[in-house]
Amino acid sequence: MELTGAQILLEGLRREGVDHIFGYAGATICPAVDVLRDAPELGYTLVRTEQNAGHMASGYARVSGKVGVCLVTSGPGATNLITGIATAYMDSIPMVAITGQVPSSLLGRDIFQEVDITGAVTPFTKHNYLVKDAAQLPRIIKEAFLIASTGRPGPVLIDIPIDIQTQVVRDAEFPESVSIRGYKPSVRGNDLQIKRVAEAISKSRQPVICAGGGVWLADARDELVELAERYSIPVVKTMMGLSVLPTDHPLNLGMIGAHGNRCANKALAKSDLLIMVGSRVADRAIISPEEIQRRMATIHIDVDPAEIGKNMQAAIPLVGDVKVILRQLLALQVPPPDDAQWREQLKEYRRAELERVFPRRDGSVFPGTVLRKLGRLLDDDAVVCVDVGQNQIFACKYLPQKHGRLLTSGGLGTMGYALPAAVGVKVALPDRQTVVVCGDGSFQMSMNELAAVRCAGMDLKIVLFRNHVLGLVHQIQKTEPYHGPFGVALDGSPDFAAIAAAYGIPSLTVDDEDKLDETLERFLGTQGSCILICEVHPDVGTTD
Amino acid sequence: MKQTISVLVENQAGVLNRITSLFSRRAFNIDSLAVGVTDDPTISRITIIVENGNNVVEQVEKQLNKLVEVIKVRTLEEGSFIGRELMILKVNANSKTRPNIMTICSICGAKVADISPTSMTMELSDTPDRLDAFQEMMRTFNILEVVRTGVIALQKGGGKI
Repeated sequence: MELTGAQILLEGLRREGVDHIFGYAGATICPAVDVLRDAPELGYTLVRTEQNAGHMASGYARVSGKVGVCLVTSGPGATNLITGIATAYMDSIPMVAITGQVPSSLLGRDIFQEVDITGAVTPFTKHNYLVKDAAQLPRIIKEAFLIASTGRPGPVLIDIPIDIQTQVVRDAEFPESVSIRGYKPSVRGNDLQIKRVAEAISKSRQPVICAGGGVWLADARDELVELAERYSIPVVKTMMGLSVLPTDHPLNLGMIGAHGNRCANKALAKSDLLIMVGSRVADRAIISPEEIQRRMATIHIDVDPAEIGKNMQAAIPLVGDVKVILRQLLALQVPPPDDAQWREQLKEYRRAELERVFPRRDGSVFPGTVLRKLGRLLDDDAVVCVDVGQNQIFACKYLPQKHGRLLTSGGLGTMGYALPAAVGVKVALPDRQTVVVCGDGSFQMSMNELAAVRCAGMDLKIVLFRNHVLGLVHQIQKTEPYHGPFGVALDGSPDFAAIAAAYGIPSLTVDDEDKLDETLERFLGTQGSCILICEVHPDVGTTD
Repeated sequence: MKQTISVLVENQAGVLNRITSLFSRRAFNIDSLAVGVTDDPTISRITIIVENGNNVVEQVEKQLNKLVEVIKVRTLEEGSFIGRELMILKVNANSKTRPNIMTICSICGAKVADISPTSMTMELSDTPDRLDAFQEMMRTFNILEVVRTGVIALQKGGGKI
């Protein structure tokens, strides 16, 4: 049988279980897009700028556990996608990005819409391919999905010149599996190290677990909670690890780091044993690794050996799949640590944080207040996609978590992530309550994707904090060594209610905290999508 | 202290780019890098010399291992390997200076690769510090051009990577 490169691509994607593509067509990807006409079972979302195809694939991947797929054209299509790829790389999201490319015979001649995309993305893809022969495509697709989804997940890019998409291959063979000699991720933890970890836990008096995004990526939430509960170990989280424990769980101490909860940071500072699970000791979470190393014993569990010792040298490193390692640990029975006094002390810290009184200003609402109320009203398994800026800090600190997910761009801090990510979530889980939290800065970075929301008739609830400035930068500029705000006023912003209406989406506005409960009820009760515009004072800071 | 790292990689286009890109992205400094195909035509061996400090070598090893096309990485222990570098060096030479140059060549084991009425070109394969010494001795004759390959290295004894 004869197949074109484009048909091989489609067959390869089908074999990997792909059911949706986020894309933007262009000349050099036309053969691949053309065959999608024959695949009505494959969903397709046309984005409004390629970056958002990456974010949608990310949102899709994070809630489905599958690999997100995006497909764009060469040149500007590919370069626009770069931020989406880098965002996924920093947060270890499994993604396969397919880019069209100019004919292979003309590579290097700087012809129309040519760019060296594999060269450009090498520093922030897990791997990438420039396909030179369509007969290699079945293997390359199989490898790409394997690499993207196993070990420490990440984005893989496949660049396919247009002549390769039209190249005819006789009897293309689709391998059932592939083995790559240079790629063998660790799975099981070293038994001796597992024993050392169990002993260290048993001997500690003030242990703390720090859960990172790796817990979600390894689908190890249940194992983590079981470990914490069995030994009564308090849990702090990084931004990527948020929502592994519900807010009302007695062992939950919130988020650590520069923008974290006080109770979490206090717990971390006073701990005598830090058990890091699937977290990479990034600067925003662990401000001073040297200080941590000096003060307490450390255990670092991660699937990526390079993370151990990169930012911090843990006393007990443990490399392997987080879920498998936690199961290995749970299989051992050791006496629980004697930490009753420690937990009592932490309870106090936690109560203070939960009962924290937020400031009130007439004519505006305080984001923390809105989020506290909003979280209580959400479904038990709701997914909340949070943007970047003050809205991110407020949501990560104060949004009450239940058993759903909080998704945000933790590593790269990409503004405009939330709305497209939520579209991806909705594609994967159409019936799941999905909420976007964003600011008027970040919303304007991707509000063009309301088209995708409208097109699919999605039910997305968008909370838009409007403070008329780039809040977090504004806040930074007001402190040393800067001399005051500049270039952060969002003058000229549109009437967001009119924008919403233009996309056929209703909106509500709230500027009075006395009306918050009632407005939130109406907002969440709206049939289909709705935008809630919350008037926020520009001087509000994340530490208020 | 300098460390020698031996890396086996897939012999494919673009692999060297990934490796050098990794070094610049992670801010690792390379002293030298030499690459060539092995007895197995699908595999190339890269010998990299890096300045160690702050666990740099450990990170270099780990980051290299993350590259899909990297098959094996091994840091070679001091004294446990044969490391050699090839240098070709051209100096001004005339009938007066030629005997002196020849004396140094024979002391250092360098071979004359080319000769002209006004110049001599020598080749020498040895350890980097001995090449340095030879180069230093040649300075007095006015060095016109030098090229060095970077170190290539193999473990001593019967073991292999």
